Amino acid sequence: MTEKKRGGEGREPLIHLSKRAAIPFWHAWLIRIAAVALGMVACGLVAYLLSDKLQNGKKTLSDFYETFITGSFGSERKLWKFLKDVAVLLCISLALVPAFKMRFWNIGGEGQTLVSVLGAVAVAFYLQDQENIPEWLLLLLMCLGALVSGAIWALIPALFRAKWGTNETLFTLMMNYVATYLVSLMLIVWIPNGQTSLGTLKRGALRSVTEQVINKNDFKDFIVDYIPIILIAIILSALLFIYLRYTKHGYEISVVGESINTARYIGINEKKVIIRTMLLSGMLCGIAGFLIAAGLDQTVNVDSAQGYGFTGIMVAWLGKFNPLIMLLTAGIIQLLDHGAAQISKDFNVRGAFPEVIVGIILFFIIGSEFFINYQVHFRKFRKKTGKEAVQ
Amino acid sequence: MKKLGIGFFLGFLIAGILCMLFDMTSWMGFIVDSLAFGAVFVYGSTGEILTEKAGHLNLGVPGIMCMGGAGGCYVINEAVKSGASPMMIVILGILGALVASMLCGLLYSFITVTLRGNQNVTGLALTIFGVGLSKVIMSLSTVSSELYLGANDGPKMFFRWPFDQPLTFTQLTRFGVMFFLAIAIAMAAGWVLFRTRVGLNLRAVGENPATADAAGINVTRYKYLATCIGSGISGLGGLYYIMDYMQSPEAYKTIEALGWMSVALVIFALWRPPLTIVGSAVFGILFSCSDFISHLEWIQTNMITKYLLQMLPYAVTILVLIITSIKGKKENQPPASLGLSYFREER
Repeated sequence: MTEKKRGGEGREPLIHLSKRAAIPFWHAWLIRIAAVALGMVACGLVAYLLSDKLQNGKKTLSDFYETFITGSFGSERKLWKFLKDVAVLLCISLALVPAFKMRFWNIGGEGQTLVSVLGAVAVAFYLQDQENIPEWLLLLLMCLGALVSGAIWALIPALFRAKWGTNETLFTLMMNYVATYLVSLMLIVWIPNGQTSLGTLKRGALRSVTEQVINKNDFKDFIVDYIPIILIAIILSALLFIYLRYTKHGYEISVVGESINTARYIGINEKKVIIRTMLLSGMLCGIAGFLIAAGLDQTVNVDSAQGYGFTGIMVAWLGKFNPLIMLLTAGIIQLLDHGAAQISKDFNVRGAFPEVIVGIILFFIIGSEFFINYQVHFRKFRKKTGKEAVQ
Repeated sequence: MKKLGIGFFLGFLIAGILCMLFDMTSWMGFIVDSLAFGAVFVYGSTGEILTEKAGHLNLGVPGIMCMGGAGGCYVINEAVKSGASPMMIVILGILGALVASMLCGLLYSFITVTLRGNQNVTGLALTIFGVGLSKVIMSLSTVSSELYLGANDGPKMFFRWPFDQPLTFTQLTRFGVMFFLAIAIAMAAGWVLFRTRVGLNLRAVGENPATADAAGINVTRYKYLATCIGSGISGLGGLYYIMDYMQSPEAYKTIEALGWMSVALVIFALWRPPLTIVGSAVFGILFSCSDFISHLEWIQTNMITKYLLQMLPYAVTILVLIITSIKGKKENQPPASLGLSYFREER
């Protein structure tokens, strides 16, 4: 009522929105790139406020943007570390995709991965003194342990969601914390008296297999560690792409996600789909956990998943739940993260600067979706306003 | 559930009186400490309830609470440096927390209301951003903790008013002005939501924005205001936790988990702000019980039971989630359009 009085009869609003029917592929990407560019400008501003080196003129803003590139690609070691981090992040975010596609908001990737790491390490811990078990069998058992524990952690919320519609967002979130304390608890059991950490495992390293396949003298030490992880991540994303797009299961997941009523109408048992998909999701987290346990850390602690369970949600959503685009988005997120970590070192910015940078860019990308889905019309300034203006 | 709430409240009252009568100081300390800790959740979940009643699932609450704490601490630092009076320091600190967290809320509502972004993703991004930025801000603070907390004649007096004088029961000094503010805000929010026209309109917006729009309610304004005010209330929880409960500028590192618990507590409280007080008290007890039980002489504990007890709050939340979903009462369900963006021209 009040608005009408203020606006006056028949005045067209200043801004008018309408939904876009379709937008050319390149146009949408142009908007996204522009959003990232604007975001980078905002990051520069924030960095200027926080870094005294920038304010003093010891460093310039062009140094700032250059560091994003050098942070990830500056040296051979940095490049490989970047690729490895992308691969691990990609693995975890791939695990979330099937669940997200059916609108099951699994934010428990963190806990599922952590429990998988725990499962793999548990197998190796109890079997490491059994000399009669060959290394490859031990690795296989570790992988199995990771898969089973990841699947269990994902299955619990899925069962309750399927049976009673329990809110899965909060359920999976709480499972993360339970997983954290489970790890602390198991560490207390495992760590011998008088020591503070578990230490690395004696056996069960993925590199022992890698070394048999490739000649380790040709490569640097860390490359031998990273190659299997990167390869597995790429293979997984290709497999998941095929699974989601070309199989019956993938079709059922999309239908359940788009409309639960349609799914019921065409005879899809949605409870079965939810449970099956979450099992898959948990097992993919299991693979990620196995890679962390056997390929990288050789141990477990409460930070084994590094918050990738949450970052993975961003990667999956930004990649439109498409495993191939997610290769790109995981790369972008890690590029920002590595670059910002380098910046906080070089530019004397304390605290969690990478998180701030990632957050700002994410805001811009999320906001840019609006300009892809909607069109903004401004009021046309005509000379005769008033009566002929459309209501 | 209402009966349960009253039951819990009476239980607390009786337990408190018994403790006073029999002079069981350790139990008294335990209950008081749990209540004081629970106030963090009262702030967090009351704010989140207001936001959710407008149809917005704000997963950015952990970030907002961190930012509220950091903003408040930053202002308090500056105020201490400029030599303001203790009372002014406290008031300025609360205002600083409000402004910082409301700015976060404004950012969230701009993206989700005006730009119609995905609420889950925006909230998570806000959490990443807020937690990170709060760490940056807190690392900029240079004033030592003793300066504004350790001294008895400092602003601590005002945070702890009116129980700042040692009484017969010294444990009561844990309650301060921000503790009572939390309870007042929760009660007031409950009254506004369920007893006033504004609250009715807000609930209508959360249930069905198209109908509310047709009835002449300004949906955008309600969504913005509810989100911003809700964020402001949540942010106070961060300040309370750092300055009043923990009294340590290092405490900002542990706020994030409490923020997530606040989001979960909304379900525990069935979207009724006054019930958050009961839920928070229960959560407070669950959180502090692992420390308390390990200090009891007649119970043998080791590290394993300690970690099992620390799992308890999360396990209980899961249980409550399951039970409410099994019972499935209509009035205990989330607002119908929770998580959905509203665009007027959409059919």
